[in-house]
Amino acid sequence: MFDALLEAVERAEAEGITLGELALRTEAEKGLRTRAEVEAALHRALDVMRGAVERGLKGDLRSVSGLVGGDAIMLAHAVGPLKGTVFTDALAAALAVQEVNAAMGVIVAAPTAGGAGVLPGLIFGLAKHHSFTDVDLVRALATAGLVGAVVASRASLSGAEGGCQAETGAAAGMAAAAGVELLGGSPTMAMHAVALTMQGTLGLVCDPLGGLVEVPCVYRNATGAAMALAGIEMALAGVRFPIPVDEVIDTMGEIGRTMDVRYRETAGGGLAATPTGRKLAKDRLVQLKKKDG
Amino acid sequence: MISLLDIIGPVMVGPSSSHTAGACRIGLFARGLLDGPPETAKVELHGSFARTGVGHGTDRAIAGGLLGFFPDDERLRESLELAQKAGLAISFTNAKLRGEHHPNTARITLTGGGHQIVVVGSSIGAGRVLITNVNGFDVEVTGAFPALVFVAQDVPGIIAAVTTVLARQGDNIATLRVSRRRKGGDAIHIYELDQPVSAAALEALRAIPAVSSLHSIPRIS
Repeated sequence: MFDALLEAVERAEAEGITLGELALRTEAEKGLRTRAEVEAALHRALDVMRGAVERGLKGDLRSVSGLVGGDAIMLAHAVGPLKGTVFTDALAAALAVQEVNAAMGVIVAAPTAGGAGVLPGLIFGLAKHHSFTDVDLVRALATAGLVGAVVASRASLSGAEGGCQAETGAAAGMAAAAGVELLGGSPTMAMHAVALTMQGTLGLVCDPLGGLVEVPCVYRNATGAAMALAGIEMALAGVRFPIPVDEVIDTMGEIGRTMDVRYRETAGGGLAATPTGRKLAKDRLVQLKKKDG
Repeated sequence: MISLLDIIGPVMVGPSSSHTAGACRIGLFARGLLDGPPETAKVELHGSFARTGVGHGTDRAIAGGLLGFFPDDERLRESLELAQKAGLAISFTNAKLRGEHHPNTARITLTGGGHQIVVVGSSIGAGRVLITNVNGFDVEVTGAFPALVFVAQDVPGIIAAVTTVLARQGDNIATLRVSRRRKGGDAIHIYELDQPVSAAALEALRAIPAVSSLHSIPRIS
């Protein structure tokens, strides 16, 4: 795809197209798949994401260990100051997808399974308040994919390599660009939204209880979607982040490489190593082993 | 080269691309090396697969792969029960495999139709896998292409004979790897192809005297 987001943005601005359109053209030019095949695959991804949001919002799922589930539906009935807004609907959808994931339901890794709630959370949260077509949403997935490909090539998309900043952080950056383009912002604005979002997730550790994609992963997808909305709001208002986006991405990679192994999916540090984190993990894993037996 | 669909995808049963989707693919590959359905499976889980595999459904994912389910198949959730019904006896043990292995690695010993195969595979991130050993032969297969796997005597001319057959059928080779345990012994040949090998080519390949244990394995990712 592209090694630098700035390069993609300059190309899109010069050609007067969105990053999503540029991503679809570039993918087809590689010759492995036709444009129609790429779009069909993204339509399927969109359908699976929509299905996961709906499934999770039924509210009856529990994770394999029993630690998470039932929170998305609570957000759908939120009573706080942001109830009924894009913000709360995005949190609910992000939680819903992650609850489906934790219950061994079908999701789209975007970019990973652990971060799979952020992007659908954001786009279906927005879609509830706007009349987007599926074609719009597919193009937004392409926008997100382009950003993710740059992050993959410059830094990492793996919690084991770079901490949660590389999973929900990258997903939030991807979602921010997708959101800006869905709302009619320019490629340059989308680029600043990525930078404004990812500066806020730098340093985020991967510290899952018992090594399972449950706590805090499910909730981090919701806060990841919130971070993306913050980036979108600032970028659409014209805020420009002073450090170029590719340098922000490089920083994420550099922090990940030097991050202690305890904070890279090993359950050796962070929330996983708290007294309660250890106890919950131990109790649940013992039960699971008995059950599987 | 990273594809858009590597980032927005795969569509998969959760919860972990490495511990669930990748694990399923290792099972799928192993199944492909048997002619019929597997009857017994001994699965040794190494590293992180051993530590957190149960909570990630790694056991269910591998069992599902052995039953022929792909990573997006919701039957993965019930695969242990389905395996029992299908007459597949599976055992899981935690093991420390000797030598250098990726943290997410499984060794699967599979029997069926009077044959036994042993596969070592690693889940290397984002659902991608690397099969590193087949029946004691070191290999490197990603499963991203349909594969042709066979054992041949270590004599000159095998590759020429095989590629002639493939060329005649219009089967294009993406990668080719040959590995032997010792000079003059058997060698394993793994061809990754753009399309699954045609039935006509399979028949012609089986007729080559030095070739045995020939399997056509579908794309697993």
